[in-house]
Amino acid sequence: MDALIQEFPLFWSGFLGTLRLALFAAVGSLVFGTLLASFRVSPLPPLRFVGLAWVTVFRNSPLVVVLFVFAFALPQVGIRFPTFNGNAFFWPGVAGLAAYTAAFVCEAVRAGINAVPPGQAEAARAVGLTFGQSLGTIVLPQALRSVVPPLGSVIIAMIKNSAIVGAFGVTGELFSVDGALSATGVYPALSILTGIAVCYLVITIPAGIGLNVLERRIEVKR
Amino acid sequence: MTTTPMIRMAAVDKHFGDLHVLRDINLEVATGQVVVVLGPSGSGKSTLCRTINRLEPIDSGTIEVDGEKLPEEGRALAALRADVGMVFQSFNLFAHKTILENVTLAPVKVRRTGRADAEKNGMALLERVGIANQRDKYPAQLSGGQQQRAAIARALAMRPKVMLFDEPTSALDPEMVNEVLDVMTTLAAEGMTMLVVTHEMGFARRAAHRVIFMADGEIVEDSTPDAFFSQPASDRAKDFLGKILTH
Ligand SMILES: Nc1ncnc2c1ncn2[C@@H]1O[C@H](COP(=O)(O)OP(=O)(O)O)[C@@H](O)[C@H]1O
Ligand SMILES: [Mg+2]
Repeated sequence: MDALIQEFPLFWSGFLGTLRLALFAAVGSLVFGTLLASFRVSPLPPLRFVGLAWVTVFRNSPLVVVLFVFAFALPQVGIRFPTFNGNAFFWPGVAGLAAYTAAFVCEAVRAGINAVPPGQAEAARAVGLTFGQSLGTIVLPQALRSVVPPLGSVIIAMIKNSAIVGAFGVTGELFSVDGALSATGVYPALSILTGIAVCYLVITIPAGIGLNVLERRIEVKR
Repeated sequence: MTTTPMIRMAAVDKHFGDLHVLRDINLEVATGQVVVVLGPSGSGKSTLCRTINRLEPIDSGTIEVDGEKLPEEGRALAALRADVGMVFQSFNLFAHKTILENVTLAPVKVRRTGRADAEKNGMALLERVGIANQRDKYPAQLSGGQQQRAAIARALAMRPKVMLFDEPTSALDPEMVNEVLDVMTTLAAEGMTMLVVTHEMGFARRAAHRVIFMADGEIVEDSTPDAFFSQPASDRAKDFLGKILTH
């Protein structure tokens, strides 16, 4: 317990670091995953292929491998990420996490799109909306209703997955607190890991509650 | 010199897998003409209707609307669809939009009409179909008859050259059928070109210039309502009329 209080600044900055990482990766994966879902239902076969290929690769690869590719392999082939406050692994971490999570977002959104009665898209096309207009103004807004709960699970899983980013070297992220403290020698493992777990809960539980509120809001407005 | 028909279908064929749903369809609908399409369930009436704005692509043949060949999927096709109004059996109003939004959405998004103009015109149309007081409700809050009238207003808001109706009253409770048919009858009387799949004999007699009878993907008869109902030429039409007139 003492260790927790003593190391509070370290925990606090780790907490903020995880929050920041999760926020960027959440926005990135939601936007990109929705784009991928629109590829998957597009009338153009090449776009459908890209969507399917992305989902197949990222949904079936271990996250650790994806993160290592973004952090170490991509820079070797010339794709470099800027540093973030002097941290070289922040953006590769965000990008890898977002690329991986986008595959799951895509499938959740696609399921939502398929749950919208086909007559809606037909009526949209019949009045002259293009595919993009029909998707953006008619289908997706209705799909999002049924998609909020599964997307919530995807995002909460992503927040927990962000610990892996800490484990492989984004310092200033919650899970890296464990590495930092164990290196000092004074290491009451149980209380420190409990502290870390509690910090994650402080992020994930309100996220879940927020999603429930959002779900009810959307439910009412129709 | 012949005038361009509003709809022209020539040698149109379509399959769903092994099923030959449209067989060598040849059909011309003149501007201002009201055509009722009849036929047993599964004879291809909906498919015929849906090929005209390419909701269903065809295997072979030609379809022209107002002299223009149906374009491939893309912007040109969207532009053509904007000129062809369609009314579905199941209404298909945009569920997350109010009635007024349903009627103004396409004029604003597709025709780039200003919002104020679109709303003014939209309200006039809702007035005309008798549901102006429902403007701020969502589709699910309306009766079937009201929803279908809203759907007709939505199509008319695009100022279409031609209107397609696919069994517009089949999903309605009997007491709501007439409110929809009345709107359609007025539209026909005003000179709108219409292709109407319906089993409403009253409407066909009152409003149609022409009746087409389909069976197994073929146009079997093509005549006036009077001639068709009093002396159908084919056995299949006689059989069909016998079934629908006795119930
Ligand atoms: N999307 C589809 N896929 C496969 N078969 C279809 C499809 N739509 C219609 N059909 C079949 O095509 C035939 C004609 O259907 P349809 O045009 O809906 O007939 P109708 O409107 O006269 O009842 C039916 O046998 C129907 O089952
Ligand atoms: Mg039908």
